[in-house]
Amino acid sequence: MINFYEVVETNQMIEEENLDVRTITLGISLMDCIDSDLDRLNEKIYKKITTLAKDLVSTGEKIESEFGIPIVNKRISITPVALVGGSACKKPEDFVTIAETLDKAAKEVRVNFIGGYSAIVSKGMTKSDELLIRSIPMAMAKTERVCSSVNVGSTKTGIDMDAVRLCGEIVKETAEMTKDKDSIGCAKFVVLCNAPDDNPFMAGAFLGVTEGDAVINVGVSGPGVVKRAIEKCRGKGFQELCDTIKKTAFKVTRVGQLVAGEASKRLGIPFGIIDLSLAPTPAVGDSVAEILEEIGLERVGAPGTTAALAMLNDQVKKGGVMASSYVGGLSGAFIPVSEDQGMIDAVNAGSLCIEKLEAMTCVCSVGLDMIAIPGKTKATTISGIIADEMAIGMVNQKTTAVRVIPVVGKDVGDMAEFGGLLGYAPIMPVNEFDCSAFVNRKGRIPAPIHSFKN
Amino acid sequence: MKKCIITVVGKDSVGIIAKVCTYLAETNINILNISQTIVDGYFNMMAIADVENSKKELDIVAVELRDIGLQLGVNIHCQREEIFEKMHRL
Repeated sequence: MINFYEVVETNQMIEEENLDVRTITLGISLMDCIDSDLDRLNEKIYKKITTLAKDLVSTGEKIESEFGIPIVNKRISITPVALVGGSACKKPEDFVTIAETLDKAAKEVRVNFIGGYSAIVSKGMTKSDELLIRSIPMAMAKTERVCSSVNVGSTKTGIDMDAVRLCGEIVKETAEMTKDKDSIGCAKFVVLCNAPDDNPFMAGAFLGVTEGDAVINVGVSGPGVVKRAIEKCRGKGFQELCDTIKKTAFKVTRVGQLVAGEASKRLGIPFGIIDLSLAPTPAVGDSVAEILEEIGLERVGAPGTTAALAMLNDQVKKGGVMASSYVGGLSGAFIPVSEDQGMIDAVNAGSLCIEKLEAMTCVCSVGLDMIAIPGKTKATTISGIIADEMAIGMVNQKTTAVRVIPVVGKDVGDMAEFGGLLGYAPIMPVNEFDCSAFVNRKGRIPAPIHSFKN
Repeated sequence: MKKCIITVVGKDSVGIIAKVCTYLAETNINILNISQTIVDGYFNMMAIADVENSKKELDIVAVELRDIGLQLGVNIHCQREEIFEKMHRL
């Protein structure tokens, strides 16, 4: 039988260490909504989402209070809109109407984000992919809850540099169109390599074409719990440290699995995967940076950071895998800057720069995330940053992403304020040497060789 | 049987268990096991209860118990047993 100490331990994790289930994301396929008439398409999309997701939020809230565990976000991911809107949309403005429909549906069912305003162009763009990508700035400016992503490369196909070049321009345009709110549009747009089909986390969530009609994916979290657990390992060896992280990750993931099973049963929608991620929030004590510092770094960014992160990420997976029947999504530690107080402090203290963050993304998910850069940064420079990050993903057979925000009118030394879970961020300096001749080459970077690994 | 775990933590005063148990009885929730200690004037109680025949939905019970706790100046949680079971048992 459960004893008092176990009950107290669980409740302490929830109340003092910010243990929560980060998101229940309902994946909805929109393939059966496809229509050549734009109005009919919008109508079908709205109807399908508001029907299937009708009880998502209320069910989540009920589970929260029955089990006493917070479920921070309830969200929706959908089939990439470039596929759904292909036959109805003839110009970027047509795609924007779909974004507006998604926003309306999200508000109707009370989810805080809906992801899947996306295009998968790892090898090349169709006409509709390109129209969707060109519509992103306007869609991000006109909607509040729609998240957008473009997958521009993969290990199997290489990197579509035409899409990378276009995405650099799109990031700049999106920043310009939402400049009155510190270019917040860019916080809802991410460029990916090797994007998973079942990711429950925003802004990169979409429901891939390999998935069923509807599916429940759950993202767990718990940086605060890991941090508190390893406080007891100060001065101890790696064996003890790793075992503690694994045990903690196991516990956290079991809660996620429980919530996923309940949500799936109550909504009558199959369970997909658990995403084993340490996802920070701007709240104090809910930070991945603080874990790394607890492991033994004065500040994140100090030599040793990449190794500590690699170890942390691996132990979280090892502990979590056994706790869940299906693991998927991004699964790893997230290192967003604006959403992690410890990262913000490290940037302000001068110990963390973009280049170090880039190195860190080689060993964890997901990429250069929520990084505010000077508004004057050139589109080609942003494309260069994207290309670098995509190359890391392509060669290492992992997901990588770029979500940078060139904050219009602000420069190094200023602060960008996004609010809520998106947090705030100091503007970080970017290497200003030119890369336009590289970025402006047409075509794609070929897929890497999969043998002779060195 | 659908079980839940009720915990009460806070400063000790007269009638905490009485208040909680009265509410549970009125709601038709059967207590299976109850233990209580006081450490340095701090009251700790844990009860395992059967909520199968509860008159009210569990989320309502959780909220109402929390409110009773607020009146008494203690923290009361009522949670489904599975969250502890899953976390601490293989």
